[in-house]
Amino acid sequence: MSIHDLVAEDQPENFSFSAENEDKIVKIIAKYPEGRQASAVMPLLDLAQRQHDNWIPMKAIELIAERLGMAKIRVLEVASFYTMYNLKPVGKYFLQLCGTTPCMLRGSDDVTRCIKDKLGISSGEMTSDGKFSLLEVECLGACVNAPIIQVNDDFYEDLDYDSTETLIGALSKDAPPPIGSVKMRSGSQAETGPTSLEKIAAKSQKKKSEKTAGTLAEQGRN
Amino acid sequence: MLHDKDRIFTNIYGWQEAGLSGAKKRGDWDNTKAILAVGHDEIVDRMKQSGLRGRGGAGFPTGVKWSFMPKEVTNRPHYLVVNADESEPGTCKDRDIIRHEPHKLIEGCLVAGFAMRSHVAYIYIRGEFVNEYIALQSAVDEAYEDGLLGGNAANSGWAFDVYVHRGAGAYICGEETALLESLEGKKGQPRLKPPFPAGVGLYGCPTTVNNVESIAVGPTILRRGADWFSSLGKENNTGTKLFCISGHVNAPCNVEEEMGIPLKELLEKHAGGVRGGWDNLLAVIPGGSSTPLITKDVCEIMTMDFDALKAAGTGLGTAGIIVMDKSTDIVRAISRLSYFYKHESCGQCTPCREGTGWMWRMMDRMVRGQAEPHEIDTLYEITKQVEGHTICALGDAAAWPIQGLIKNFRPEIERRIEMNETVTQAAE
Repeated sequence: MSIHDLVAEDQPENFSFSAENEDKIVKIIAKYPEGRQASAVMPLLDLAQRQHDNWIPMKAIELIAERLGMAKIRVLEVASFYTMYNLKPVGKYFLQLCGTTPCMLRGSDDVTRCIKDKLGISSGEMTSDGKFSLLEVECLGACVNAPIIQVNDDFYEDLDYDSTETLIGALSKDAPPPIGSVKMRSGSQAETGPTSLEKIAAKSQKKKSEKTAGTLAEQGRN
Repeated sequence: MLHDKDRIFTNIYGWQEAGLSGAKKRGDWDNTKAILAVGHDEIVDRMKQSGLRGRGGAGFPTGVKWSFMPKEVTNRPHYLVVNADESEPGTCKDRDIIRHEPHKLIEGCLVAGFAMRSHVAYIYIRGEFVNEYIALQSAVDEAYEDGLLGGNAANSGWAFDVYVHRGAGAYICGEETALLESLEGKKGQPRLKPPFPAGVGLYGCPTTVNNVESIAVGPTILRRGADWFSSLGKENNTGTKLFCISGHVNAPCNVEEEMGIPLKELLEKHAGGVRGGWDNLLAVIPGGSSTPLITKDVCEIMTMDFDALKAAGTGLGTAGIIVMDKSTDIVRAISRLSYFYKHESCGQCTPCREGTGWMWRMMDRMVRGQAEPHEIDTLYEITKQVEGHTICALGDAAAWPIQGLIKNFRPEIERRIEMNETVTQAAE
């Protein structure tokens, strides 16, 4: 793939880090030994991406190179090697759908189909309003909670066609639902209930329900 | 069967508070100073005695690995690097340690770091785990505030810093030398070995790279004793292990169990059994995508440990168990893994860069039966040309699943080719 396919045609003329990010940069560089500031290239690229609508302009790459005393090509090399750096714009909600075998076995095809049905986009495409873009990615490392979509930073797990439709509906209204399992299971515990550590489970559930009851009672008083 | 009293990760499902106060209630950071007081070499010896084998996939004895670090610190500082770049398809155990038991990992860093005379640990966490990173960083901050890290870590007199470094979506950075390259701010391309990281690692200094789980179990092993750990499991395959059970089971889950537990028992007791019953089982990938699949008759008698799985021509790997029932399109399931390896090849070695693409394109045709019967042998030949001819094991990992498929499901591939021929002829 040539670099022209990776990098956006329309580039901003300038890029500078915000004052808040400048403070962060000082702390980041301090994590690495003196003279080894090139180690900070990944966190700085990430900062630039977060500051700039989830994609990194070439001006930011030049700035980072200058800041870390690296050749520009070395920074671009890193930015294009790692798949999480977007060198061109993505949707406001960047849907990264895992399609690797464990997700495939649990129905990621249905999730893909739902996105196509509801938003009309396939992997690598963006909706015309710029609200959603989709990319099929490789294993997201949450296989026990498959299938998974990562929306920007957050994982939505245990999806199927219907829950994907609900998720898209909520995002369209800019009301992202709680992250994690859409079946509301705790972490990677079996959906049918704990098969180990039952006593701890019972104890923590009791605590939780007491807490909820307390909150409800308080609400009643108010 | 493992009893709850012998489970290390009691908050693996996140029922309780993950932060410092919750962790202390679970016994983490309990007199860590005393663990360190036995001395660098004694800790290494005790880890050796426990029989702990690395939990990242290769199963190399952890204590022995630590003992490769130089005994004297020269002008080159020692580094501990924790591999939290969990991306092997089927594996999601480190994620749960990081988000629900982060202090086990951080305390483990101090203990392991001290044992290898290091004052710094870098935890390299995969970039997609953003919320997990936030949880881990907040636990690190808590540890500093409480004096458990810093100039006099846990009041031990040993200075120790822990830094968290985020990756950015490259599977290859799970390979230890690629990880070090990445940490140095370069493309994640594996280094030739030797020199090994214990001699020349991060920034050219002595370095040990360990998996999250291997580090996180350290403090508990040292607290409860090497004998306790080695009394669990089987000989040469001791202790407990986090298993990830995904795919066609009724209730996919992560669970800590004893090493050497029979596969069938593991699936039925914890994951609600195979969808449609045991007889509906087609095959299992036992240790993450890189390990060759095993068929039902092998699963029947298989125990989940390094040696038993190795003897069966596969491996325990990361213990990411991918279950496939009879509804699975097995050729497509493996073909999707071929695509994964093609996507993740770093491009450094020709056999892997070209071979993974070649293997995937052939696998893709095999899914549809668009091949000649003799091409199955050609495909097998290509896997053999890639295997063992690359700097790192990604080439091997791409070859093995296909070899496992051909070994066990050749008739299915042939059936598709035959069917495709019949359809083509009928069309003519």
